[in-house]
Amino acid sequence: MADPVLFEFLHTEMVAELWAQDPDPGPGGQKTSLLVLEGMGFRVGQALGERLPRETLAFREELDILKFLCKDLWVAVFHKQMDSLRTNHQGTYVLQDNSFPLLVRMASGLQYLEEAPKFLAFTCGLLRGTLSTLGVKSLVTASVAALPACKFQVVIQKP
Amino acid sequence: MLLLQGLTGRKEQAQLGPAHPISALCPDLQKSSELFTLTYGALVTQLCKDYENDEDVNKQLDKMGYNIGVRLIEDFLARSNVGRCHDFRETADVIAKVAFKMYLGITPSITNWSPAGDEFSLILENNPLVDFVELPDNHSSLIYSNLLCGVLRGALEMVQMAVEAKFVQDTLKGDGVTEIRMRFIRRIEDNLPAGEE
Repeated sequence: MADPVLFEFLHTEMVAELWAQDPDPGPGGQKTSLLVLEGMGFRVGQALGERLPRETLAFREELDILKFLCKDLWVAVFHKQMDSLRTNHQGTYVLQDNSFPLLVRMASGLQYLEEAPKFLAFTCGLLRGTLSTLGVKSLVTASVAALPACKFQVVIQKP
Repeated sequence: MLLLQGLTGRKEQAQLGPAHPISALCPDLQKSSELFTLTYGALVTQLCKDYENDEDVNKQLDKMGYNIGVRLIEDFLARSNVGRCHDFRETADVIAKVAFKMYLGITPSITNWSPAGDEFSLILENNPLVDFVELPDNHSSLIYSNLLCGVLRGALEMVQMAVEAKFVQDTLKGDGVTEIRMRFIRRIEDNLPAGEE
């Protein structure tokens, strides 16, 4: 079993190396470099989702799937549960983590707020990828008001 | 907060109750090694897209590993209580039995010492980085786990040892075992400014 520190260091290094370096910088270059990290997260999330046993694919409701992300997926990835889950019952969910592990070491408060988005892109993809394996199309965005708390917003795409 | 404005209307707190039956269904997911292995795989895949030839991917993996090693050594020394190594044999033991065990959960065996005691091999029975991996034919010169070499080099450099680490056998390429060859180059002298001791 790999030590959690390895993932943290690898993630930091991925952000540092891949952030500015997009092979195809379109208009709004920064946005696309977020997409590279998000895309990698998506693939990892998809694969993690595929590793689930068949039974888990039989979720009855959307809310159950979101609860699964907040609890099981978060524990598997970050060794803690998400702190809260809110919804407007119209396909929008807000998942809040009050001490997001990938931000904890950076700062407590507003310092480095501008740097924070880079460290969330991979995880947004991770959530979207896992949802995709579970048969749910979604858009996932993240926002930070003050480190190390952050919110992930999941908008389910209706078919 | 911009993001939450769309959430007016019936906003409710969904209850995150205790025990969820899913936890019992997927003990595999509880292991973080899969996360690391899968993330590493995604990184290699991305680098293969970004660079045209495998040599550049190898270089990039080594460089990223070096950067990780430089930081990982501090974590290692703080957690393991290992003191300074007096010779390369002791270093080999610490790497295989303490460091690999702590970070990857495996203990490589140490073999093939050179007569001068400045070279040895780490034999990895099961390299956790390569779980679920199959190399496509067109990447024959890609050294998939090259990050490890960078990590070893970076970490040892921080404890004043210049070494060379490289893969000489790899199960991904059909070899029977995975072997990393370690070579001691020189001891890095403390670089104190003149007049200070």
